[in-house]
Amino acid sequence: MITMDLLAIDLAYGLEKLLLIGGIITVSLIVAMYTTYAERKVAAWMQDRRGPNRAGPFGLLQPVADGLKLFFKEEIIPLTSNKTLFVLGPALAMVTAMLTSAVIPWGSSIELFGRNVSLQIADVNIGILYVFGVVSMGVYGIMIGGWSSNNKFSLIAAVRGASQIISYELAMGLSLIALLMMTGSLSLKTIVQQQMEGGWNIIYQPLGFLIFLICVFAECNRTPFDLPEAENELNFGYHQEYSSMKLGLYLFSEYVNMFISSAVVSTLFFGGYDIPFVDETALSLSLGANTVALLGFGALFAKILFFLFLFIWVRWTIPRFRYDQLMDLGWKKLIPLALANMLITALVILWLNK
Amino acid sequence: MHINEILFWFLTALALFSAMMVVFSKNPVHSVLWLIMVFMAITGHYIIMNAQFLAIVNMIVYAGAIMVLFLFVIMFMNLNAESEPQKSKWMKFAAVLSGGSLMLILIAALKDNDGFISSMRGEGSIGLIKNLGKVLFTDYVVPFEISSILFLSAMVGAIVLGKKDSSTIVS
Repeated sequence: MITMDLLAIDLAYGLEKLLLIGGIITVSLIVAMYTTYAERKVAAWMQDRRGPNRAGPFGLLQPVADGLKLFFKEEIIPLTSNKTLFVLGPALAMVTAMLTSAVIPWGSSIELFGRNVSLQIADVNIGILYVFGVVSMGVYGIMIGGWSSNNKFSLIAAVRGASQIISYELAMGLSLIALLMMTGSLSLKTIVQQQMEGGWNIIYQPLGFLIFLICVFAECNRTPFDLPEAENELNFGYHQEYSSMKLGLYLFSEYVNMFISSAVVSTLFFGGYDIPFVDETALSLSLGANTVALLGFGALFAKILFFLFLFIWVRWTIPRFRYDQLMDLGWKKLIPLALANMLITALVILWLNK
Repeated sequence: MHINEILFWFLTALALFSAMMVVFSKNPVHSVLWLIMVFMAITGHYIIMNAQFLAIVNMIVYAGAIMVLFLFVIMFMNLNAESEPQKSKWMKFAAVLSGGSLMLILIAALKDNDGFISSMRGEGSIGLIKNLGKVLFTDYVVPFEISSILFLSAMVGAIVLGKKDSSTIVS
């Protein structure tokens, strides 16, 4: 009887969450797909070329063609590789890339069929720490893939990638502590609501934002930190032995990671679904709550698209670091800077509260 | 059965199975990966107990950072099932004896404790970040600071040891 009750209450709620999860996964995959297209178009624009323009109008079907190509290619598993782990690697990379989207507030709530549907999958009170937890799991996709390939280049690239990610995680966490001291909450929804009332966090934490952004670039293995894929030193990097869609998953998870981290940066420092210079409560009286929620989602999306453009812009502008320079920047520059930022923030908070 | 109860038994079975696989795996890399599974299952237990902060810290620190370092070392040492050193028979016997007596003590200590019943109900709030922070920085502030000094000295010691090694190689 108890089980029956439990199911009856949770059915509508579960359905709502399931639809939301499906929607968010679909949106992230489509955005990631078209980021590959945008990357090639922006690169072409910066280098005075035309970019992909054969498949469909303006080459818009190019990502579909690329995906189909990857699906139809022959699947090769090296004879000396560790087969289970070889398949597990790309799957893990993709899963951890998608998991972070669960705690991001994609908008305020909308009214649907008399129900108040929140546009966030889970508002847990440790939101931002959950993001860190999932990011630290993301290392295993690279490490397992690189090791199980049984190839020296793959292994070196995997170790490089993993040590880069755990090094920059420290500076990332320290830069966030300053932000969290101001907000006093780990829940991403609360952080967004505070920014709606008191202005965006970028105004109060410019240095913290800069450190966080650099670390995000390093965590996503993007240029200038794309040393795991430094082809002049390591052939092709940790996914050298991969072919077909397993390679596709690795490459694709990088773009999903970019999308999700853009969303995290927009949420933490740029007000999330806050529409700039507009009072949401006043607007919802004239336009209705649902329209405002959708507009807020649009505002968040515009911010995300800007950061995606920034990722691409930096990639085609700045050359790659040398490995010792990368470690030097992470350990000797960013961590002391983040610590100083944390201390200054703490002192200012103490001084203001006195 | 309540959903928390189902989850509790599922996670317990998962944790025990993974822990056994840590011991029985021939390949050290597999052992580390199974150990990560154990930590994940324990993280799940923390979440059932409503200790979300402990859960996520367990995941970041143990399953994330420490296990990555384990993997680093093992992957570079290139240990294989064939090159695994075999201990003598007496050594194995002693290990079984000491491990068994530790298990006996643990069972004796936990037998009369009904704490795990309340953990199945999903109650308690000590593991939430606010409560834990208050306790750590009021009641336990001295042990907390002492343990941080201990960590700091361990860190300094590791760096000193590492430096000495590299200078001898260079010279």
